Amino acid sequence: MFIALMGLAVLAYAILDGYDLGVGILLPMREEDELQRDTMIASIGPFWDANETWLVLAIGLLLIAFPSAHSLILMNLYIPVAIMLVGLIMRGVAFDFRAKAAVDHKLAWDRTFKIGSLLTTLTQGYMLGQYVMGFDKSLPSQLFSAISALGVTAAYSYIGAAWLVLKTEHQLQARAVRWTRRAGRATLVGVIAVCAINPLVNPGVFDRWFTFPLVMFVLLIPALCFLGFVANDILLRRLPKEHDRHSGQPFFIVMGIFVLCFSGIGFSFFPDIVPGKLNIWEAASARESLRFILAGAVVVIPVILMYTAFSYRVFHGKATELHYH
Amino acid sequence: MLSRIQFATNISFHILFPTITIALCWILFFFKLRFDLTGNPVWMRAYRFWVKIFALTFALGVVSGITMSFQFGTNWPGYMEKVGNIAGPLLGYEVLTAFFLEATFLGIMLFGIKRVPSKVHTFSALMVAIGTTLSAFWILALNSWMQTPAGYEIREGVVHATNWLEVIFNPSFPYRLLHMLLASGLTASFFVAGLSAYRILKGDEKQAPRLALKTGLVLAAILAPIQAFVGDLHGLNTFEHQPQKIAAMEGVWETERGAPLLLFAIPDEETRSNHFAIGIPNMASLILTHETDGEIRGLNSFDGDHPPVKPLFFGFRIMVGMGLLMLATAWLGCYLLRRPAMPRVFLRVLVAMTFSGWVATLAGWYVTEVGRQPWLVTGILKTADAVTPVAPANVGLSLALYLLVYAVLMWAYIHTLKRMATKSVYVEEFETAEPAADGSLTNLPQSHTQPHTKPHTAGGNA
Repeated sequence: MFIALMGLAVLAYAILDGYDLGVGILLPMREEDELQRDTMIASIGPFWDANETWLVLAIGLLLIAFPSAHSLILMNLYIPVAIMLVGLIMRGVAFDFRAKAAVDHKLAWDRTFKIGSLLTTLTQGYMLGQYVMGFDKSLPSQLFSAISALGVTAAYSYIGAAWLVLKTEHQLQARAVRWTRRAGRATLVGVIAVCAINPLVNPGVFDRWFTFPLVMFVLLIPALCFLGFVANDILLRRLPKEHDRHSGQPFFIVMGIFVLCFSGIGFSFFPDIVPGKLNIWEAASARESLRFILAGAVVVIPVILMYTAFSYRVFHGKATELHYH
Repeated sequence: MLSRIQFATNISFHILFPTITIALCWILFFFKLRFDLTGNPVWMRAYRFWVKIFALTFALGVVSGITMSFQFGTNWPGYMEKVGNIAGPLLGYEVLTAFFLEATFLGIMLFGIKRVPSKVHTFSALMVAIGTTLSAFWILALNSWMQTPAGYEIREGVVHATNWLEVIFNPSFPYRLLHMLLASGLTASFFVAGLSAYRILKGDEKQAPRLALKTGLVLAAILAPIQAFVGDLHGLNTFEHQPQKIAAMEGVWETERGAPLLLFAIPDEETRSNHFAIGIPNMASLILTHETDGEIRGLNSFDGDHPPVKPLFFGFRIMVGMGLLMLATAWLGCYLLRRPAMPRVFLRVLVAMTFSGWVATLAGWYVTEVGRQPWLVTGILKTADAVTPVAPANVGLSLALYLLVYAVLMWAYIHTLKRMATKSVYVEEFETAEPAADGSLTNLPQSHTQPHTKPHTAGGNA
């Protein structure tokens, strides 16, 4: 149950903060792009804060349900976590300061926003790689983590760009379409690279992937995933269409790809919470604590989803210029 | 040691912003509600200016708060292993009930005014206010539990909850929560008053800053005496549950009857006595036991197990001193409100006191947190046993990183506040599309002669 909740939180985080981080990475930095930057940031303005909360929830649930895993994971990732936090801080404040700063400071804050987003995604990817490698610090796993860092950055740009296709129009939308295609290809390369290396270095993963009859099921995930990439690329070649038709599809396709990749990772390692070191039964915390928080979660999470949906409905449609009112 | 410095730095930095936002969003809700009820656009102008400040402050609170949530795991693994069963769910409830509420409705509050009906918008402001308050509720529940644990048992060296109601409503919780909420109210009201005074000094002739100034002063004048009262209750509660903390705060080295209230002294840990003590005889005993010769247990009865005296002694005096100063300023200010214009000298005083709440709050927190030492969780876990085994070099590196980032942020924050206040002198925050019912107010800037308290009819504060 808690694994499911945490899975939901992490997945929600990857998709939701994924797109706003992606938008941050994609910010074009030339002087004349200022208007486009404004629109891009406006498209994520009402959401980014709530998106980031999913990260806090995921970490919180990890802490509540599996305290020993929480300590183990966070201590092993001490420095990348610190860098990621600095990235998040840079983003969070740049977002607010840019709207209030004088014109000559705005570019600097935009740059801060972009760099902060980039730092965050790179370190998250690196941490994912380290996590998959069981926090091995040897050179090969560092290399793997580096690839994973690039892969996650590409994936976030992919979903970010697709979000922009959905939320923008005219020139910027055309630009976003090009970004989405490019990021999509980069992500595909990243996914393939990670999929190829992972079973080679993790014998457990290899066994799990390539034993009959599971192999049939396992092949389904990458097959669907690949299909998603190709379909999206074909669709994007034709965008933008008249009357803005199908501009939402790429985003939902990327969401589907995220879900697939995520279930792929989950499938590879379940029930280990720290791959190769600690499984969920060993790491679980006291029952009375779990029951206490579960009772609340069951009531509160649907409410959260409801008002999140409400907020997305309020801000549906194309991003308009960002005003504090 | 580095972990402690790092945590202290982070928490000190973090606490500054929630201290403002917890109460500021209630003030905003008040502005918005007044606008809805009266239709007077000045309230809306005040709301619009302050909602921007709120957003900025809130953003800083969020980012520094995320940092904190990670540090439990990175720097204090022993803490989580020992009391994770208590701390985890409390923090989890904060995220579930408060964070999402704030974050989601803040989006609507900041950017949604044209997209939702006015009532929904007011409702969003209310949700954000409830969210921040709930957040304070859970955090203080945890903090109070660390001070005065209850409702738990220890099995196999790990703390397990036996009664969640007792855990949450532990003996010091109600006092601590009230004390903090009032502190937030005072901090926010002086913040509002100070920045408004700055605008007026810069030549802002508009109604909105005057109204905000008045709101801040009246609120502070009401809250300050209540805070003194609650603070006293809180002190009595601490005296009952953590006498060693009181002994350090009052600089009582030996158990004594009829202890004096020390107005000034320099406590000396080595000779275990006070230098240059100036005190009012029997006062401390009177305050704490409500008897002139009541007994106060001295530090001697907690030998080797009491907190460092100096920080508590001075921290406490700074907090109380600041509180008294705020009380005096607020009352004087309310008296001066009756005049057509505030004297410039007094406006300058208010500007100087913009961040007075921060000083008092920080001093108060040091008293309460240092006062728990050497325990991290009173009677359960010592601070020294909870600290991370991560290499000091790593902690040092991340500490340097945080310090740098915080310094830049603090500078940027203050700088931006100043710039926003200055800019607002020349910019009208909100223009009504058509003349409002009370047409006199729509065509700002106002004529200079109009007394600033007049135009809104029901001028008082809730």
